[in-house]
Amino acid sequence: MVRGRIIVDTERCKGCGLCVAFCPKGVVHLAASLNAAGHHPAQLRDPDGKCTGCTICALVCPEAAITVYRTFSVKASVSAGGVCALEAAS
Amino acid sequence: MARELLKGNEAIAEAAIRAGLDAYFGYPITPQTELLEYLARRMPELSRAFVQAESEVAAINMVYGAACAGKRVMTSSSGPGISLMQEGLSYIAGAELPAVVVDVMRGGPGLGNIAACQSDYFQMTRSAGHGDFRPLTLAPATVQEAIDLTGLAFDLAEQYRMLVILLIDGNLGQMMEPAELPSFRQNVSATPEWAVDGAEGRPQRIITSLYLQPEALERHNLNLQKKLAIIAEREQRFAGLYLEDADLIVVAFGSAARVAQNAVEAARARGMAVGLFRPITLSPFPMHALAHLAPRARAFLAVEMNAGQMVEDVRLAVAGRAPVRFYGRLGGVEMLPDEVLRAIEQAMRDTRVTTNGARILNAEVRR
Amino acid sequence: MIAEECVYERPTGLTAAHTHYCPGCTHGIAHRLTAEALEELGILERTIGVASVGCSVFAYNYIACDFVGAAHGRAPAVATGLKRVLPDRIIFTYQGDGDLASIGLGEVLHAAARGEQITVIFINNAIYGMTGGQMAPTSPPGMVTTSSPGGRDPQRTGYPVRVCELVAQMDGAAYVARRSLHNPAEIRRAKKALRTAFECQMNGRGFALVELLSTCPTNWGMTPVDALHWVEERMIPVFPLGEFKGGER
Ligand SMILES: Cc1ncc(C[n+]2csc(CCOP(=O)(O)OP(=O)(O)O)c2C)c(N)n1
Ligand code: SF4
Ligand code: SF4
Ligand code: SF4
Ligand SMILES: [Mg+2]
Repeated sequence: MVRGRIIVDTERCKGCGLCVAFCPKGVVHLAASLNAAGHHPAQLRDPDGKCTGCTICALVCPEAAITVYRTFSVKASVSAGGVCALEAAS
Repeated sequence: MARELLKGNEAIAEAAIRAGLDAYFGYPITPQTELLEYLARRMPELSRAFVQAESEVAAINMVYGAACAGKRVMTSSSGPGISLMQEGLSYIAGAELPAVVVDVMRGGPGLGNIAACQSDYFQMTRSAGHGDFRPLTLAPATVQEAIDLTGLAFDLAEQYRMLVILLIDGNLGQMMEPAELPSFRQNVSATPEWAVDGAEGRPQRIITSLYLQPEALERHNLNLQKKLAIIAEREQRFAGLYLEDADLIVVAFGSAARVAQNAVEAARARGMAVGLFRPITLSPFPMHALAHLAPRARAFLAVEMNAGQMVEDVRLAVAGRAPVRFYGRLGGVEMLPDEVLRAIEQAMRDTRVTTNGARILNAEVRR
Repeated sequence: MIAEECVYERPTGLTAAHTHYCPGCTHGIAHRLTAEALEELGILERTIGVASVGCSVFAYNYIACDFVGAAHGRAPAVATGLKRVLPDRIIFTYQGDGDLASIGLGEVLHAAARGEQITVIFINNAIYGMTGGQMAPTSPPGMVTTSSPGGRDPQRTGYPVRVCELVAQMDGAAYVARRSLHNPAEIRRAKKALRTAFECQMNGRGFALVELLSTCPTNWGMTPVDALHWVEERMIPVFPLGEFKGGER
């Protein structure tokens, strides 16, 4: 099964909410806290591990503030032809 | 190289090519068009860039673009076209780009006419666009000098990263005179360290005239002013005739200086101690040399093909130490040596030196 | 066994600078796509951008290639000057709709007519963003702006200018496409169009223009998300998406 996670550059984020609106799994939210520029930065709240690493949030982010990672179990990645994952694991 | 009969506009074009012109962008307008037509033929022959732009606005911005790459670039136009270029000229000045602009003056204001005129002196010496700047402005009086100053224009433009104007009028542009062209310059200069050509193996370069912070823009402007001060110190150029013993000094540039010279010769033949001071750089105006003459001369007479523009610089240089008179014809009306001679005679009659050494106009004494 | 792979990271074609754009402004997406395209095509280091006058005037602070700033509307002329003396470099302009479709319409049409080997990125947000939200030549009928306070009335202010349709008329234009930045699928297509436009220049095919429908949440007076809906509902009917010239057949 493919799992994902994102890292938001919270100082770069302007809290526009586009990533929140487009995340198909509904796991991105705006934080209650403020960053240095006074924006509520986006953050991943994904206790159930729903993020698939689909990159949609990064695609719509105007600030290029999101990095997306995908986690594979090696077995799954082999069946999916995940060469990179195999290389990364070895 | 041998002397040959050359037309002013074409001689400038060929001189630019020999000075290493990489790119020309222009738009047709009389009395400058031969320059464009000549380069339309010659530049492609030499595999150099030539574009007939859709307007002078586009042409000057193409000049801006090519100048950003550190190339030798030129455009040419006349009054109405130069007016359209002013925004671009200001950007070139603001971004400190080297570029050469040939302005072949015609009569104005408005569409005016296509006759030779000098009514764009203010436009081409004061700022040539918005913001605090002045171009470096060269004014040849013969085809040979136009050739020589074209080469100099590119050198000065590069040396100072500066807008340089070659200011002539329709007479000189259309005139055929024997002159000698220089040979082709060999040294193709490398890309300057400020120019853009792709950031391979080095940090990104940005060329702009935008400084949003007032303090930053003030610093930038102070640097521009410092450069202008250095240019004003080093680059004042003029030519003189019979200045050593002149009572009356006629000041004239370009075509008007040719007419004035005839008049001065005629005055000399009649025993009048008249000299000719011919500014070659209009900006910076040759203040030092003229100021130096002020205490010795009885009067100055500015002769221009306009309503009196350069005369203001003459007055600044003379600074009230002698009377400054003006004679001019407007609208492209041909100015004849006889008229200038009469203006010289009149000025001589009207002025005298008082016993205490003060130079005054007789007319003022009478009043 | 578990392995983790980075599947998306900020492109190296963007500098580290934080943008000055308003939250949710899609200028930022267009910048990112441009940077990604330049990076993926391996041309970032031989590219020179021409920034225009509008909110994107500081594009050079964000896209990590050589850049020059052009006067309002004149970027295609500046790009022409650059390309003619540096024919082996990639030259692109980045212009707003006031810049390109109003004051600079002549420059872009003639650059297209000449078939200049340049790439034009045209950000159509239907408004003058930088000067505070005046009507643009691309404002749809009825749009309320500070200079059309009762809504754009075609009887008095005329009709929107469709740039792609105009430019596609020029024989010198090789690739002309209009895309939108209002949802992930369209953003992917926008990226592809930008790549095609740059490839067009790399292959010497001629002039390329990509229009991107974009938002101005601030001057439209909307949330960033509502602004994206507005693009879909109000702009796309006036500015149909597609490849107008030189696309895949
Ligand atoms: C010659 C000139 N006229 C007017 C302006 C003022 N001005 C600056 S930006 C702009 C409009 C920008 O709108 P657009 O091109 O749509 O860009 P946006 O800000 O919407 O991205 C105007 C009119 C200027 N800088 N120069
Ligand atoms: S990668 Fe996809 S699922 Fe994960 S947070 Fe981003 S949009 Fe949501
Ligand atoms: S899209 Fe980007 S800038 Fe907007 S809230 Fe999400 S991370 Fe922040
Ligand atoms: S004013 Fe409009 S176009 Fe300009 S940065 Fe803000 S949202 Fe973007
Ligand atoms: Mg706009």
